[in-house]
Amino acid sequence: MAKISYLQAIHQALDYEMGQDESVFVLGEDVGKKGGVFKVTAGLQEKYGALRCLDTPLAESNIVGTSIGAAMMGKRPVAEIQFADYILPATNQILSEAAKIRYRSNNDWNCPIVIRAPFGGGIHGALYHSQSVETIFASTPGLKVVVPSTPADAKGLLISAIRDNDPVLFFEHKKAYRLLKEEVPEGDHTVPIGKADIKREGDDITVITYGLCVNYALQAAERLSKDGYEAEILDLRTIYPLDKESIIKAASKTGKVLLVTEDNLEGSIISEVAAIIAENCLYDLDAPIMRLAGPDVPSMPYAPPMEDFFMINPDKIEAKMKELAEH
Amino acid sequence: MLDYKEEGLEPEDLKEMYRTMHLARKLDERMWLLNRAGKLPFVISCQGQEATQVGAGYALDRDVDIISPYYRDLALVTHFGMTAEETMLSAFAKKGDVSSGGKQMPSHFSKKSCNIMTQGSSVTTQLLHAVGASFKFKMDDEKRVALTTLGEGSSNQGDFHEGLNFVGVHDLPFICIIENNDYAISVPRELQYGAEKLSDRALGYGMHGEHIDGNDPIAVYKAVKEARQRAVNGEGGTLIEAMSTRLTAHSSDDDDSYREKEERETMKESDCLIKFRSYILEHGVADEAWFEALEKEAKAVITDATKAAEKAPYPDPEEALTHVYEEVQHG
Repeated sequence: MAKISYLQAIHQALDYEMGQDESVFVLGEDVGKKGGVFKVTAGLQEKYGALRCLDTPLAESNIVGTSIGAAMMGKRPVAEIQFADYILPATNQILSEAAKIRYRSNNDWNCPIVIRAPFGGGIHGALYHSQSVETIFASTPGLKVVVPSTPADAKGLLISAIRDNDPVLFFEHKKAYRLLKEEVPEGDHTVPIGKADIKREGDDITVITYGLCVNYALQAAERLSKDGYEAEILDLRTIYPLDKESIIKAASKTGKVLLVTEDNLEGSIISEVAAIIAENCLYDLDAPIMRLAGPDVPSMPYAPPMEDFFMINPDKIEAKMKELAEH
Repeated sequence: MLDYKEEGLEPEDLKEMYRTMHLARKLDERMWLLNRAGKLPFVISCQGQEATQVGAGYALDRDVDIISPYYRDLALVTHFGMTAEETMLSAFAKKGDVSSGGKQMPSHFSKKSCNIMTQGSSVTTQLLHAVGASFKFKMDDEKRVALTTLGEGSSNQGDFHEGLNFVGVHDLPFICIIENNDYAISVPRELQYGAEKLSDRALGYGMHGEHIDGNDPIAVYKAVKEARQRAVNGEGGTLIEAMSTRLTAHSSDDDDSYREKEERETMKESDCLIKFRSYILEHGVADEAWFEALEKEAKAVITDATKAAEKAPYPDPEEALTHVYEEVQHG
């Protein structure tokens, strides 16, 4: 197995699926000749042609809406929205259309599309290149929302997303693209959608998070281990629908739960996770549920000190973990 | 009206077109009656737009072409294979509703086996789905077209411009028909757009545009037939503005008091069904007896369909939980 980056893993997944299934095609602004602003789709147009790696006009609703139409006719489009912040003009097509096509036609039609969008901060992207927009979609039945935290998961979850017969939103953390590297299985590697994953075993506290924060939590857990506390880390991987069973199990195991997200605190994914734990694990808890998240201000300011103030990092997670462990 | 012979149509074609227009009109009228009798909560009409819909449908190949209609297209979907009983099952929200299994309001047409795409209530979203289908046809080099329909109010939406622009960029096998009936709910066209003709916008998208009399089914047939030919020849999309007459209010939930009295009184003069009937009689295509027989036939079909739908069971309450995802979840 080769050691590759999160970005290379996503590229590999696209290349592999386009190679083995002719109905798969990618489309989006700059994805063709340029290969994407982050180069995720580099070389795919040369290999598969201009129609299967399509440079679209700059119009997000069109990118998603035409993907829906092509998908209904048997294609498997993978649409790229250049930054998650710019997905909003396509939101009507995603929430009102893609999410409801199977339900509203009583299973006559379905909509197997994947929408990829880089999200997240810590890259000096300021207010419109740093947001976590996943909660906009993570309460709409009919959609699946996936956020991989490692290169191997990124490849496996993307292949699963492309093969899924329902619409999947696939959010990739921009800072993870080149930061994270690991060995990733070659060829046909899949990771099931809808299943959370224990990324680290521990008996003292449970940390539940997703995306880049998983890596930060793992770094923090290694440091905390020197103080004698072992943290269990549950990576949600699919944030909608949530894997309730794994959440309940992980929370009950240690009785002390820290929930982490880079999103704004209020109304975030971890709010729902907290509700699941409160409903199911009350008598197993040894401490109040703790949350660590971005402040409730627009994410995120440009000046480095303000951006650092907003961003989650291993230090912040370690401090919270310690507070919880010592509760 | 145009000369049917010049457009390559036979008397039998005219009779078939009239039959569908008439069936759709009568179904629509029956649903209003049922609504006023308190049996149906909601109706939204095709009345006055049948000529555009059947003229267009008749120019397509039902076996291969795809339609992405809007809520007024009862005559179009009837031509494409939606039966009277299916229409009534949907109106009553009964179990056999092929469009949505009782999940959507009536007139949200869908029937995959008849190449009718599903649609929701947000206007204009369906245009992009037809564009996506036409992109698929181009990718796979298939001789098929995708046709979408919408009202003139929809031509203000972003999806209209985004989709037609994309069609122009790639010369896709796509046809858009604006069934311009002068009103978006209650707002007249003078307050909807400043252009003289919406079909002029075609130039800006890089496609063929036509402004036609939507009350003449033969004129619509001609325009769509030529558009289809260009599309399968790889010559790109067409934007057709068909000037139609909406004979009812926007829906059963409102009245048409926003129209001037004079306008309401003269509307009937442009009723496409009356005009087409006169045309057929004048050209000796059929006689009064044929129309009488047709009337009887339609009445029987609609009465049977209504009875069957009234008798049919509702969906089970738990069906509310079905088909959210491929495998049933949350229940």
